[in-house]
Order: sequence, then C-alpha cells, then structure tokens
Amino acid sequence: MAKQCPLPDMQPEDVKGAAYREYIQTFFDGTSRKILCTEIETPFPEGKLIVSRTDPEGIITHANQSFVYMSGWTEQELIGAPHYILRHPDMPILGFKGLWDTLAEGKKWHGYVKNLRKDGGYYWVYATVVANIRDGKLVGYTSVRRKPSRKQVLAHADVYAKLRAEE
Amino acid sequence: MSFNLTVSPDFTPDHIAGWFIFNTWLQKAIGEGIHLELYNSFEAQRKDIDADKIDMIYANPYDASMLVREKGFLPVATPAGERDEAVIAVSAGSAYETIEDLKEGLRIATTDDPDVHVMGMIMIEPADLNKGNVEISYAPSYVIVAKHVIQGKADAGFFLKEAYDDLSGVIRKQLRELISSQIYVIRHMLLVGPRLQHKLDAIKQALHNMQQDPKGPGVLQALGFEGWEDVSQEDTEFMIDLMETLVD
Repeated sequence: MAKQCPLPDMQPEDVKGAAYREYIQTFFDGTSRKILCTEIETPFPEGKLIVSRTDPEGIITHANQSFVYMSGWTEQELIGAPHYILRHPDMPILGFKGLWDTLAEGKKWHGYVKNLRKDGGYYWVYATVVANIRDGKLVGYTSVRRKPSRKQVLAHADVYAKLRAEE
Repeated sequence: MSFNLTVSPDFTPDHIAGWFIFNTWLQKAIGEGIHLELYNSFEAQRKDIDADKIDMIYANPYDASMLVREKGFLPVATPAGERDEAVIAVSAGSAYETIEDLKEGLRIATTDDPDVHVMGMIMIEPADLNKGNVEISYAPSYVIVAKHVIQGKADAGFFLKEAYDDLSGVIRKQLRELISSQIYVIRHMLLVGPRLQHKLDAIKQALHNMQQDPKGPGVLQALGFEGWEDVSQEDTEFMIDLMETLVD
C-alpha cells in the first residue's frame, strides 16, 4: 500500500484569492499531495529572520514567530510536520541542488527559494541551512531565511521556470 | 590562583563601574579570586583569548561561537530580557528612505563589534549590497559612527540597538533609523572557561539567586540588567548554529 502524505490535500476553501493553479506534488519520501497555488506574494518582514529547525529526517522541531507568520500555518501545525510543507511547485529539483551533499560535507548550503504558504500564496527567501552537530552526532538542521534582493528573486524565478520546463 | 574575567568590549561605557562591582560581588559569592580585565578593542581581547588567558567572559554572540566550539567554554547565564539587535541609521536629511534605496559604493561607518557588523551587512543585502561593493570604515565607538554619519563622512552607520538608543538626544535628532533588526535569539552571555569550570555550578547558583542576595539588586542595577536568566547548553548551541548561518 502506498505511503500516505502526512499533509492534507489543499482544498479551494484553503486558498486566498479566486485564481489558482493545481498540481499533484510528489515528495522525496514517495508521498504525494494536491497543491493549489496562487500568484499572491507575501513580502518578507523587514529586519526579521525566519528560523526553523528539523530533526535529521526533516521533521520540524522549532519554528520562530516569523516562520509561523510567513507560512500561514500555526506553530502547532508546523511542529511535527515535514519541512516540505513549504515546497512550492515552482521550485525545480535543481533549485535544491547540492543541499544534502553540501550538508554531509559539514558545509553550509545557501539558496534562493520560493516557499508555499498554507493559503496557496508564496514568499521568496534567501535560505541558509546548517547541520546541527552535538558530540559529533547529527541531531538535526537549522534553516535561517533572510530577505532576498528583488534583483536576485527575478533572476532566480526566471532560471527556475526554465528548469521546471525541462523536468 | 587568580582567574581572569573579561567583558566584550561593546559594553556600554556607563557600566564600566558596574562590572568592577559585579566582580567584587562574584568573588565573595563563590570564594575565588578573580581579576577583571577590560579591553578597548576586540582585537586586543582576542589575543588574550587565543593565549588562553581568559577564564570567564561576558561574550558577544559572535565570540561565544568560537569560545564554546573551539575553546571549551560553557554557558552560565544571559541577562534577562536582553537581546542583541542592530540598527542601520542615516543622517536625518538623507535621501535614503528604505534599504532598497541604498546604492553600490555606499559608505558605511561601523565598529569592530562583530555581531552588529554581521547583522548590518545582512540587512543591506536586499539592496544587492555586500562587502565587495560598499566602502566600510571602522570607528572606535558608536558615538564616532554617529558623528561620521552626521558629518557626511559616511552614508549610513551600523549600531548596536542598545548603543543607538543610548546616544544623546542631540545626536539622535540628527540621525534617522532606516531599519532595526528583530532577530530575538542573538544575545550576550556569560561563559566559563575550562580552568574555572569546577565553579560552574556555584556561579550559576549565585547568579540565579542574585535578586534575593542583599547586595544583588544593587549590583544588577550597576550593570544595567534586570537579572540573569539561566541558559542551557542547547540554547547556546542553537544560537551558535544560527550565528553560523549568518556568517560567510
């Protein structure tokens, strides 16, 4: 029997705004989920950082207030959810190129990422991820997202659209 | 044997006496001789840290990373309710209204306070600015940073928020805050080095009970702190992980 996605399919009533695109998104764990996404962007809050932590399997263990606000989910909904709760269908697989290899080498991973909100909208971030090592053991990952420049957002949106078209 | 206590050089000048009062109080509380050494610059302090001359330090978040991960320091406590935030300010009459207005070649006045500098550089990223396309000049204090901005020698200044708020009214009127960070988890903390760790529990206990000590509240007032907050190893590791994501 196919493994069930821990996240529910999105429903039209979840979405803010009348117009949306519909996708079936498949994640690295083999599960799938229906995504409804809109063209409504939420601006990154000035002077703030979005911070989250996950366990080694990518399950969220900590979310700061900016993360809660920007994601549209409650803290209770985020804690225990897989980090791919943020995965936007416009993000190509290559947008996360090198993420796991870089972290496995003990290095930081940086990238421009378009994230999905609970209401189908999106927000752009410049993300940095580090592995959390305690007594030589991997205990999780910390991801810190900061405000990206508009120029970089536009450039990456263009590149990602081309990569998505080739997938 | 006497141990050495030092304080991150970004402490507010008004509280120099407070640290001497605190040191006297702490020595009595834990029954150990401790010498307080204050430094005018981060560079001078770092030389003594590298030479393993420091046993206890009120460290800024940037140095805390190195001290905990490389020098074996352990966290003791952090000032209650205090967080390190940064402000970018321009002169009151500046044409810059938002961060996105800032242009390549921006002249920035900053101090050698590492965490404030890191936060400041992050806050100018949305304008596509980085160390490669701005001019950075270092000033010995936040008052001098303010003067450079007011006198037009710099287009913008990086400040520790606490120091910006402590500038005199006359200076503040000639500046305008462009952005203030709201990160919340970055903070100074008191750390104990390997030679003094046999007293870690005693120091933690003394700070934890400071409000109840007959002289404790007066000492805290001299430091400008409401009290000390316990800080766990994991809280510290989390802050260090977060700092790591912010540093190139």
